Amino acid sequence: MSDKLKLATVWLDGCSGCHMSFLDIDERILDVAALADLVYSPLVDNKHFPEMVDITLVEGAVSSEDDYHKIRHVRQHTRILVSLGDCAVTANVPAMRNRFKVEAVLDRAYFENATLNQQIPVEVVPQLRKQSIPVHQVVPVDVFVPGCPPSADNIFYALTELLAGRTPELRTRTHFGA
Amino acid sequence: MSQTITIDPVTRIEGHSKITIQLDDAGRVTSARFHVTQFRGFEKLVEGRPFHEMPSLTARICGICPVSHLIASAKTCDALMAVQIPPTAVDLRQVLNLAQILQSHALSFFHLSSPDLVLGMDANPEQRNLFGVVGQNPELARDGIWLRQFGQEIIALLAGKRIHPAWVVPGGVSAPLTADRRDAIVQRIPDALLRVRRTLDWYKQIFGDFGAEIRTFGNFPSLFMGLVTGKGELEMYDGNLRIVDATGRIVVDQVDPRTYPEWMGEAVEPDSYLKSPYYKPLGYPDGIYRVGPLARLNLIDRVGTPLADEEWAEFRMLERGATLSSFQYHYARLIEMLFCVEKIDQLLNGPEILSDHVRAKADPNRMEGIGVSEAPRGTLLHHYKIDRKGLMVWANMIIATGNNSLAMNKSVYQVARHFVHGDRIDQGMLNRVEAVIRTYDPCLSCSTHAFGQMPMRVQLLAPDGEVLHELKRG
Ligand code: SF4
Repeated sequence: MSDKLKLATVWLDGCSGCHMSFLDIDERILDVAALADLVYSPLVDNKHFPEMVDITLVEGAVSSEDDYHKIRHVRQHTRILVSLGDCAVTANVPAMRNRFKVEAVLDRAYFENATLNQQIPVEVVPQLRKQSIPVHQVVPVDVFVPGCPPSADNIFYALTELLAGRTPELRTRTHFGA
Repeated sequence: MSQTITIDPVTRIEGHSKITIQLDDAGRVTSARFHVTQFRGFEKLVEGRPFHEMPSLTARICGICPVSHLIASAKTCDALMAVQIPPTAVDLRQVLNLAQILQSHALSFFHLSSPDLVLGMDANPEQRNLFGVVGQNPELARDGIWLRQFGQEIIALLAGKRIHPAWVVPGGVSAPLTADRRDAIVQRIPDALLRVRRTLDWYKQIFGDFGAEIRTFGNFPSLFMGLVTGKGELEMYDGNLRIVDATGRIVVDQVDPRTYPEWMGEAVEPDSYLKSPYYKPLGYPDGIYRVGPLARLNLIDRVGTPLADEEWAEFRMLERGATLSSFQYHYARLIEMLFCVEKIDQLLNGPEILSDHVRAKADPNRMEGIGVSEAPRGTLLHHYKIDRKGLMVWANMIIATGNNSLAMNKSVYQVARHFVHGDRIDQGMLNRVEAVIRTYDPCLSCSTHAFGQMPMRVQLLAPDGEVLHELKRG
């Protein structure tokens, strides 16, 4: 691999809108590719989270056991961890299920709204955690980029600042729910 | 000795979707299952919210097709209010929906699937991504980025924001279209048409190289379902449902989608968070049907726009009756992109498109409503119940990708049966198992979120759990 910086993007319990907003930088994605290698992401084919990544953007809240283990693994192998978007920053929409018991949420989908073989799926699939929580409640986060989703311009700005070794100043640019 | 192969995300902590393949004593595949491993609970979490929040809220189901949920949800809210929305609002919502289908199809074809088509199913996984396509066929990659961007920009021009705009509201849309914005879109139509046609020409040249995939990628009889206009043309926003069988014969036509509980069932599997809808008269699992681009082009009488109709005529020649190979979802997707651009052009040139009468206002008048539209991946259905104050008490949503659940499972089985033999698993088999799932463009963030290339680990397990063979991707 080249000596370019290593960039990763990770997807927890989000709607993928933050990843889509990242793609909305359109052709500027080629500028990013000139500065950094996208070493791990739903968008590329590399299967293993590398030993050490310089910057990881995380979309989504921590909702399942898989999310929980994954973010801890990612943290250990990342220099700068970025909470991208309101779901990562505040748990946003996923957290709306927190006022119900997990069983009640599953019940609606797999008993009430099903017509055949009603049952809660338990084989192969990971368990849901009781609460859906923001990333920083599980691991330390270095940079927060709020917005639902953050605009492509803000993602591009934050990323290029970080790639240049600077801390992006986002307070005047974006806010919760933007 | 029977064995199970598990195609699992890279480690236990990665899991979004998995595939298991069961072999018999002779090393032949006896079953294969596609498991969706994420669950988000929208049908419950919306409870207690005011119904008019539902479009914005359900858009957050999916950032790839938020507009589809906006549309289906807003239509459900229209039904709760029992209003007929102004015709200009209908047209504007349609343009938005078509722009969404255009950008999502571009994402699916160029960003996610073209690496397989350009670089080959057996290419080095390190290069098999959009950046690899940029190196190999820069014009194609740039067309893809451009077309996705065009779709997204139409959405931003109409609705103010590319992802999760708040412009679609119960009763219509919140603001009219201005002339300068319309012109900004219309001006770029010829360029868009050129790029889609260029891609279609390229696809028609290369798909012949994928004979083995075409024969085995979900190539089986099934029903096909989608909306059609009263004249049997392609319809993405309103209309009624039509179902055809594998020979292309109409099974039912002009079915009011609001009757779905009478003929559509939803089965639960113990090993997936994705439910499996089926056509009740044929039972489960025989009531398997497919939705999305391939289904839509299989069931219409004509597309309804000139350029897309020309291409559709060629598409119809692929097979007698319906085109059964899911590989040709790609082809169908490109033809639909052509339709989207042509139709957007038609709608934006309509005489009333700039009218400022774009919203009907009313309190809720009915306690139950159903809204249906076509999303990029197929028929999407929202169904809500509210109380007297307009607060949500119940919701059911049948997501486009979910409709294809049975078909995706069957396709994985077919590919596995063809490419997996005995106790050896090779890279090519893995790539193809991924690729067949990708033809459906599963928007698993609607239920999970493994889009693009699934990270995979394949394990061949003896009945006692001993690992006999292991292969990792990447
Ligand atoms: S912050 Fe918004 S756009 Fe991002 S994942 Fe969450 S709901 Fe989707």
